[in-house]
Amino acid sequence: MSTHSTATIAQDHVHDDHHGAPKGLLRWVFTTNHKDIGTLYLVFSLLMFLVGGGMAMIIRAELFQPGLQLVNPEFFNQMTTMHALVMIFGAVMPAFVGLANWMIPMMIGAPDMALPRMNNWSFWILPFAFTMLLSTLFMPSGGPASGWTLYPPLSLQTGNSFAFVIFAIHMLGISSIMGAINVIATILNMRAPGMTLLRMPVFVWTWLITAFLLIAVMPVLAGAVTMLLTDRFFDTSFFNAAGGGDPVMFQHIFWFFGHPEVYIMILPAFGIISEVIPTFARKPLFGYTAMVYATASIALLSFIVWAHHMFTVGMPLGAELFFMYATMVIAVPTGVKIFNWVSTMWRGSMTFETPMLFALAFVILFTIGGFSGLMLAVVPADFQYHDTYFVVAHFHYVLVTGAVFGIMAAVYYWLPKWTGNMYNERLGKIHFWWSVISVNVLFFPQHYLGLAGMPRRIPDYAVQFADYNMISSVGGFAFGLAQLLFAFIVWQCARGGVKATAQVWEGARGLEWTLPSPAPYHTFEEPPTIDDSMVAHGDTAH
Amino acid sequence: MTHADTHNPDRYFIPHNAPWPIVGSIGMTALLAGAAMAMNGSASGKVTMLTGVAFIIVMLFGWFGQVVRESVGGYYNSQVDTSFRMGMLWFIFSEVMFFGAFFGALFYARVFVVPWLGGEGHGVMTNALLWQGFDPVWPTNGPAAIGGNFDTVPAFGVPLVNTLILLTSGLTVTMAHWALKNAQRRALVLWLAATVTLGFLFVYLQAEEYIHAYQELGLTLGSGIYGSTFFMLTGFHGMHVTLGAIMLTVIMFRAAKGHFTDANHFGFEGVAWYWHFVDVVWLGLFVFVYVV
Repeated sequence: MSTHSTATIAQDHVHDDHHGAPKGLLRWVFTTNHKDIGTLYLVFSLLMFLVGGGMAMIIRAELFQPGLQLVNPEFFNQMTTMHALVMIFGAVMPAFVGLANWMIPMMIGAPDMALPRMNNWSFWILPFAFTMLLSTLFMPSGGPASGWTLYPPLSLQTGNSFAFVIFAIHMLGISSIMGAINVIATILNMRAPGMTLLRMPVFVWTWLITAFLLIAVMPVLAGAVTMLLTDRFFDTSFFNAAGGGDPVMFQHIFWFFGHPEVYIMILPAFGIISEVIPTFARKPLFGYTAMVYATASIALLSFIVWAHHMFTVGMPLGAELFFMYATMVIAVPTGVKIFNWVSTMWRGSMTFETPMLFALAFVILFTIGGFSGLMLAVVPADFQYHDTYFVVAHFHYVLVTGAVFGIMAAVYYWLPKWTGNMYNERLGKIHFWWSVISVNVLFFPQHYLGLAGMPRRIPDYAVQFADYNMISSVGGFAFGLAQLLFAFIVWQCARGGVKATAQVWEGARGLEWTLPSPAPYHTFEEPPTIDDSMVAHGDTAH
Repeated sequence: MTHADTHNPDRYFIPHNAPWPIVGSIGMTALLAGAAMAMNGSASGKVTMLTGVAFIIVMLFGWFGQVVRESVGGYYNSQVDTSFRMGMLWFIFSEVMFFGAFFGALFYARVFVVPWLGGEGHGVMTNALLWQGFDPVWPTNGPAAIGGNFDTVPAFGVPLVNTLILLTSGLTVTMAHWALKNAQRRALVLWLAATVTLGFLFVYLQAEEYIHAYQELGLTLGSGIYGSTFFMLTGFHGMHVTLGAIMLTVIMFRAAKGHFTDANHFGFEGVAWYWHFVDVVWLGLFVFVYVV
């Protein structure tokens, strides 16, 4: 992706600080450069997005019609399990870490990430972990089929792949924790003089808070799966009632990780949208500090709402009420964000380039996902919806049209900065409209399926669900195909195209836009002087 | 490394070309894949694990050796030092949360699960239909008495001694820090030696206690929820003490070699923080696992 003159590469041999990118394959293995590592994360994420997407295609193909046509039920369950693990840990999270790697140092005026060698390790654990995880599909007993949540006692019946899955999750956790530590150290320690905390771009703020969540909850997941492992192989009784344990205890520990994890996958997207909308509305972000406080509130609340994932499992009434109300409270800071984005656009001079289109779709469709989440938060209603396709529709609205659309907005927004070339705007718009229509055809009917009582995680269903499933599958195939176009657009942009200016977008503000496009291999080796015209947010900037 | 030779100390030190992370990844993968193979009964599991351990040891020596050389060579300015400090503090926070999961399991089991199995609250039918006659008192190995009869380790024997040992070691490591700040190298090494000795003494006594529990008390990892929480919490803690003691040993040898100054000794402090962390975890264990 980087195009450096031979002169700068030659300088590498005199061991000068100002050298360019080294050559060859080992560059990528040994690199400590935040831009290289960001690129590695993003490319890896795209690869995993296509792998996980392939699994989704298998799922939708089997569900195209009632009855069992293509795959056997055991393999279907492996697909639903692996689709989730790959998309969460392989596609969405690494994409955000890749964006953090590329953008945070450039946004705060830092020469690189704070701990560059550890940065390399954070990434280079992932390919090994996913090799281990995906290899389980080829084991004689097959991959994990218990759902990504790995609830015991079902998950304890997994075959030989079980220990490999657990250890792969450990590795992913180690990678995430190291990545998060690096982000926090970078933001707190590497800001250029004058880049005070409340002058940071919102994307940086959301990542600071996300990194805190990651460090707080990934170890809890590690603990939870370790207990599964010992229950399976070393005779412990954590989740065995006969020994005084409780399978429900796993759900509590898992979701203490799991709910903050949901916000880990959405907060950086909030940050991205807060960058994109002001640029294309040509107005400063409305309510910058409110955005920061809302993000922090959502993060803190995420620690006390976990049991809304398990209302039907059998909890004391007091607990059900507490978790219901606590969950509903989250709608308040989230609403603040939505209204702030809308207010930012209010009377703005808007243009609708591809990043803005994805950002607008995010605001509308994520709100739909948020509202269905509010419906699920209502205990008596959840007793009806729980484990139905309504839940599937809900979390795909927040994760696909939320997190993934956020990532796509970010990719289109910053691709010119990364590659020095403009992407093909016409193809970008086709990708957007194709995606946004097909994703609604894919997921909207699933609301009705769920309300009508179709359970999730099954390869077959009653015939009255046939029509909506067929529509949903058609949408799924179309959405899957659209992402191949996305991969093509990115590839084409990396290869060449109309040269981008430093500012790229007319309304863009912030330190990263003061750098040339493509951003040089090393940036801000001398801390920049920050003045108000470079600050992305706050009412002084525009 | 050669890169650092021309480094400007006013600038943040950005290392280039890091070969150790990939060695670590290969080692970690071999270790864990080998462990998984061994758990599945594969004969080649252990060899794979040992290969992984070898890679990890090479990685640790190579990586830390390089960092030590750069640090002693004066390539790190105070901003780099702050990054290391933040890294260590947040790493310790992640460790706190890891132990939090197991403490959470202990509290949940004691406060909720066992009474419910005994018929309290909404557990009334569970008890009546499945576990009639179960006496819900802690310690327990559950209504099916998984793992058979056992006795618990009394708090005010070896665990109390171990508590005093760890608390004392917290004191000695602080004395070492004080000596370091006053440029008394001999005292620094001696206080570190005392800390290391106390650390390994703790591990030895803990191992003795485990043998006693397994052979005479009938208390094993398989002794229902009590054995599970007892051995997982004390076991992971013991592993952390062992790791901390090894880290202190390295610091001791480095101190004897003349490393660390009153201004530049993050390596020492990072390990000292870690040592205080395992100390605090032990206090939690002593209170909630042994005494209460």
